[in-house]
Amino acid sequence: METYFFYFIAASMLVFSLLAVTSRRILRAAVYLLFSLAGTAAFYFMIDYFFLAAVQLIVYAGGIVVLIIFSILLTSHIADKLERPDMMKNAFSAVLVLGGIALTAFVLGNFADGAPSATNQLNMQIIGEKLMNYKENGYVLPFEVISILLLAAMVSAIVVAKRTKTKNDV
Amino acid sequence: MMFENIPLNHILILTISMFFIGVYGFLTRKNLVTVLISVELMLNAVNINFVAFDKYLHPGTFEGHFFSLFVIAIAAAEAAVAIAIFFNLYRNIRSIDVESVDKMKY
Repeated sequence: METYFFYFIAASMLVFSLLAVTSRRILRAAVYLLFSLAGTAAFYFMIDYFFLAAVQLIVYAGGIVVLIIFSILLTSHIADKLERPDMMKNAFSAVLVLGGIALTAFVLGNFADGAPSATNQLNMQIIGEKLMNYKENGYVLPFEVISILLLAAMVSAIVVAKRTKTKNDV
Repeated sequence: MMFENIPLNHILILTISMFFIGVYGFLTRKNLVTVLISVELMLNAVNINFVAFDKYLHPGTFEGHFFSLFVIAIAAAEAAVAIAIFFNLYRNIRSIDVESVDKMKY
């Protein structure tokens, strides 16, 4: 039963991803992206990584998609359809992409599978301890670097998007 | 454990298909926001890959889990800066098409 659920989620994720990159209405593309990301969160729930699933829903589905939708509303006329990509570009991209998928799948077929492990349960306490741990298998250094990166991104986003006096202003 | 019937290869096929769908969008789209959507799809596929490898091949260490957390944080920062740049571009040249942003060159 859960196996079928996984294949259902996987198929819907692929369909929504394909729609997100081919839809000619830009707002719909963003909503298809949202569905695809929510499917990813469902996958994380299935695999028992609840914290990661929650972060996926909050940051991706809640944060980034809303940001993308706001940027669409501020920069595009959503009634217009996007123009179709020209045939040559489309054909070359499709050939490249299908070739890439075939090559990677061929390489994957030559390797044996692992089995998922049920022994390790990841609870919130382990996540907190690992994020604050500076000994072996601790992640305090990337945690701090990420915090500085987020601060820098926040400041730079404000500075770049701030209205400056240009000659277009009245 | 309800996941043991699914081979790792099937998850990897899902992620590489999703990644290359993102590459297709990156190559064919003209609007910068849709290009950003494609990039997010690619990052998402890589995240699933990390988690699958963590669960199947290196159980107990949770390395892929934490790597995915950091990738999500970096994706959020990247999206914020990219969209700030789009706003600035739109304000200056009234367009966010890929072919019309050659004014960023010096």
